[in-house]
Amino acid sequence: MPIEMNSQEKIWKHRDRKTQLTHWALWFFGTALFVWCWQLVSEKTEWFFVLDAPAIAADIGSRMVPPRWEYIDKLWVPLWDTLNIATLGTLLALVLAVPVAFLAARNTSPSPTLLRPIALLVIVSSRSINSLIWSLLLVSILGPGVLAGIIAIALRSIGFVAKLLYEAIEEIDENQVEAIKATGASRSQVIAYGIVPQILPTFVGVSVFRWDINIRESTVLGLVGAGGIGLQLQASLNILAWPQVTLILLMIFLTVLFSEWLSAKARHAII
Amino acid sequence: MLELKKLGKRYRTGDHALKEVDLSVPAGQVLALIGPSGAGKSTLIRCINRLVEPTSGDVLLHGESLTRLRGGGLRKARRRIGMIFQEYALVERLSVMENVLSGRLGYVGFWASYFRRFPQSDIDTAFSLLDRVGLEPMADKRADELSGGQRQRVGIARALIQNPELLLVDEPTASLDPKTSRQIMRLITELCTEHKLAAIINIHDVALAQMFAQRIVGLQAGSIVYDGDPEGLTPDVLTQIYGEEDWTAVRKRQSSDSDQDVTDLEENL
Repeated sequence: MPIEMNSQEKIWKHRDRKTQLTHWALWFFGTALFVWCWQLVSEKTEWFFVLDAPAIAADIGSRMVPPRWEYIDKLWVPLWDTLNIATLGTLLALVLAVPVAFLAARNTSPSPTLLRPIALLVIVSSRSINSLIWSLLLVSILGPGVLAGIIAIALRSIGFVAKLLYEAIEEIDENQVEAIKATGASRSQVIAYGIVPQILPTFVGVSVFRWDINIRESTVLGLVGAGGIGLQLQASLNILAWPQVTLILLMIFLTVLFSEWLSAKARHAII
Repeated sequence: MLELKKLGKRYRTGDHALKEVDLSVPAGQVLALIGPSGAGKSTLIRCINRLVEPTSGDVLLHGESLTRLRGGGLRKARRRIGMIFQEYALVERLSVMENVLSGRLGYVGFWASYFRRFPQSDIDTAFSLLDRVGLEPMADKRADELSGGQRQRVGIARALIQNPELLLVDEPTASLDPKTSRQIMRLITELCTEHKLAAIINIHDVALAQMFAQRIVGLQAGSIVYDGDPEGLTPDVLTQIYGEEDWTAVRKRQSSDSDQDVTDLEENL
């Protein structure tokens, strides 16, 4: 109780004595834990390699410049593949995520006891597995190539899009839905007139954002054989062709920059 | 035309919002439902078009029971009952025209409504209604660009385009300034006369209720405690509905009320 009586006056403090002590104890144990962990990490580090690191980094750095510009002829196709993986994967995810979102939202789910938990499970499992791991699995099932990448991106994105979308559905203004219901509209008309206009800005924003993320994710999928520019990166790293690696990193950087610019434009247009 | 028989609603929280309400509304009558907050006014009108499910009793529209309807039957019944809301409840991101036409959703199929292909007769009616409520130039504006009074006019047009027999009006003026409130109430009552509609109007403002309604029903803790002429609302009756208060202020205002100088008097309530 932060208010105490002291002779005649009422004393007000932010925290009472007990809360104050708890805070102190928590800070103390937190700091002790940090120091202990630091020591543990320090013991298990080969300091010889760490001390060597600047020299090695400088060595690789010097071998990385200048980039091998003529290698770019071999990058256009993988780069196009990367863009396609991200875009088609996002589109596939959107198609699948919309029904999942409507099943998962408390106010639109047709069966809160059966279908809603299933939809939530789909969302959680999709979100908990990284697209690189999805690719590993899919490459062994489908074989290496762009298709594995597209599906990996889609599987990963369903959860992300569906989660943000179902949260938007749960936060809509129910008055507008009630008004459409009161006109005698059918269930699907209530969704089309009462709900869709309210969640459309979120839907477009989330889609563009996810596409932006997927561009970045799809650049690495090639590392495990799922197509795109990552394949080239992997090949160049394997033969220690550092000037090629530089060029690839530069191209990835420019692609991501382009996608950021495009998604910023798109978001600006809808808001 | 409309008959409520021992209509009751008990919410899952245990709230007994309506207790065996009996009420009969003849065709063309404008009825004001007054009562303190929490008296069950909103619940009562929402039980009629089943936005809230009544837990006991029955609602008869032209002798047909509405409480047992499901699916398509319920939707057909809702088409005959227009509703006007307190916060207008327009779909904010749709245009004025789309909002008005959404009143026809019960009459057109899903794909026709999805692609906004409403019959020309509906579009004609929408334009004439917008003209009637004074908003024809606004047809292409988005609903969230309008002022409160304009939005409520769109809400009125949306209810009327259903071609209803009964209007349910939930606190139409609660979010509006006194002058706009009067204009909206006048518009609603005029339109009821023009279209020979019966209406149940939930309203906080006793003076407005007395001014525009032919009959007043007072609700208190889920039961009807007054049912009669606007003139019969004596201070005693008001005390019975709302509890103890100095009601002479209301009486004074009522006698000196005119349309131009209402703003300063409105502050009494």
